[in-house]
Amino acid sequence: MKFVIVSVLIVLLFLLNLFFGSVDIPARQVLDILLGAEGNGAAGFIVTGSRLPMAVTALLAGGGLAVSGLMLQTAFRNPLAGPSVLGINSGASLGVALVMLLLGGTISAGSYTLGGYAAVMVGAFVGSILIMGVLLFLSTVLKNTLMLLITGIMIGYLTSSVIMLLNFMSTAEGVQSYVMWGMSSFNGVSLQQLPLFSAVTIAGLAVALSLMKPLNLLLLGDGYAQNLGVNLRRVRNMLLLATGILTAVITAYCGPVAFIGLSVPHIARLIFRTDNHRILMPGTLMTGSAIALGCNLLCVLPANSVIPLNAVTPLIGAPVVIWVLFKHRSR
Amino acid sequence: MKSTFRHETIRIYDLVTGYRSHKTVTKVSDKFGATLRSGELTCLLGPNGAGKSTLLRTLSGFQPPISGEISIAGKSLGEYPDTELSKVIGVVLTERMSLNNMTVRELVELGRSPYTGFWGRLSDKDKDMAERGIALVGIEDLRDRVVCTLSDGERQKVMIAKALAQETPVIFLDEPTAFLDYPSKVEIMQLLHRLAHEEDKTVFMSTHDLELALQIADKLWLMDKILGVKIGTPEDLSLNGDMGRYFQREGVEFDSQNGIFRIRSFADRNVCLIGEGRAYNMLRKALLRNRIEVCDDTAGCDIVIEILGESDYLVNGTPVDTIEKVLEKVV
Repeated sequence: MKFVIVSVLIVLLFLLNLFFGSVDIPARQVLDILLGAEGNGAAGFIVTGSRLPMAVTALLAGGGLAVSGLMLQTAFRNPLAGPSVLGINSGASLGVALVMLLLGGTISAGSYTLGGYAAVMVGAFVGSILIMGVLLFLSTVLKNTLMLLITGIMIGYLTSSVIMLLNFMSTAEGVQSYVMWGMSSFNGVSLQQLPLFSAVTIAGLAVALSLMKPLNLLLLGDGYAQNLGVNLRRVRNMLLLATGILTAVITAYCGPVAFIGLSVPHIARLIFRTDNHRILMPGTLMTGSAIALGCNLLCVLPANSVIPLNAVTPLIGAPVVIWVLFKHRSR
Repeated sequence: MKSTFRHETIRIYDLVTGYRSHKTVTKVSDKFGATLRSGELTCLLGPNGAGKSTLLRTLSGFQPPISGEISIAGKSLGEYPDTELSKVIGVVLTERMSLNNMTVRELVELGRSPYTGFWGRLSDKDKDMAERGIALVGIEDLRDRVVCTLSDGERQKVMIAKALAQETPVIFLDEPTAFLDYPSKVEIMQLLHRLAHEEDKTVFMSTHDLELALQIADKLWLMDKILGVKIGTPEDLSLNGDMGRYFQREGVEFDSQNGIFRIRSFADRNVCLIGEGRAYNMLRKALLRNRIEVCDDTAGCDIVIEILGESDYLVNGTPVDTIEKVLEKVV
């Protein structure tokens, strides 16, 4: 029942994303374009070349980030874990910065070649996996929620200091494309790149969905999970792989999107009222898609301009974090 | 009641437990051999640091032994694949878990994980076995409660029900009675004893509750860094003096006559106590606590207490009605 409501919401938001944007196009015309009645012209280009890939990107990226957040929260047994809080985004950012700023001239904003994107993606992937590895190691030593969060924040500072240094040494084009990337948006994926982006994201989601059973057992703690037949090392590696793929591909294309990974699992728990990943994971995936589509709609609503995504997501994310801290204060 | 057919389930040969890191080997317990039998509750007793947890972790397959051999149901522990071992050994640990929305039924059903498929979907048999675990432990009325709202004692019962749903012939418990109030300790111990006898389970638990173990356990394993491991019924270990050797401390002595521990008191005065029955024993206990030894010889004492009834005492001829008032006069 709840799944039906969220599904309807997603479809609705998806359509709204196609019908509304920074350029006014009459609904009638959008409908015609979507039905193939009117394929050409500026309006047609905006709807199929910009709005459609943007909506699909938001759908997949929102779901992917939310599912990454859920996996991290279960793996770290920490309600405040998430790609952006733990510094995994920072790691990806550093990787991207290295690629963009050092190769600044060749990969500039707006005219990414497929090879350039691959380099950005590899940079993001290596960066995020590296930070994840460090964090997973530290989490076996630091059992405390606060310590781990502070570590994540410190990693963020460290990477931003390196990035600043890189910025300082880079070309103007490099800096500009990096700054644009850093503000995040779902419009970085063109229609031509959409198949690649979708395929990698869906692959990451598939790995994530295959981990639902062990994730449920990890809720009980490592000892119980192991006793119930979970191969901890293998599952941890799979988790690392799935979150690494998702965070890397989404961060590479959309920038370091803040707060979706952290806050959506909590919103999903609130909606679905369960810890069972067989319900919670699809639920988080769908809620993430819905919220990303909603955020994107807010970004493109102002006439003739687009608000950076990272100016919108904290509006949802920050209150959720405060609420989580409030709820857990007694423990 | 099932007819109990006690048989040997676990055999330990020359086991040395400990930790192995890079080049150093830290031995925790010295070489010993032992067996565990089905249909028996065996308690592992010993001071902190004696190696109880390490032994339990080693027997559960969480860490490899330094040397020696553990065979379970005729097969070496190392030869079991993860999924097979989880059908042979069920554990109840001291791990605290952060479950916000999981119900008791869902948690007990996770005990069926070794039998469920890739997605963890429960068959009718799985549901029945989880229900049976809940019924055996007697927590039917907690079934739909959320785990995080349970008391410590209730949570232990849920974890025991999980282990029963797991359908393992062997159940290991790491200090299941720690942090419980006294009646709950007794309840858990009696529950485990009943499960061992009626379900023919091999139940092995570590505990610090000496007195309860002496009364309820079928077998005791005494563990000490210096004295090694001693195994036997509580009665045999009492008769041969091992209980005294392992646990006698300053201020505690083992009463081998009754097989219980007593707080030793150091009397520095004598009073003469004349009487018998319950009131005599109680008054004697109260006096001992105040470092006063009793004798029945009026000659050497400057205070004589006569017991006329349970609320009727004479202290040097003065009538008093409670032990409290007797103490006020004597101390």
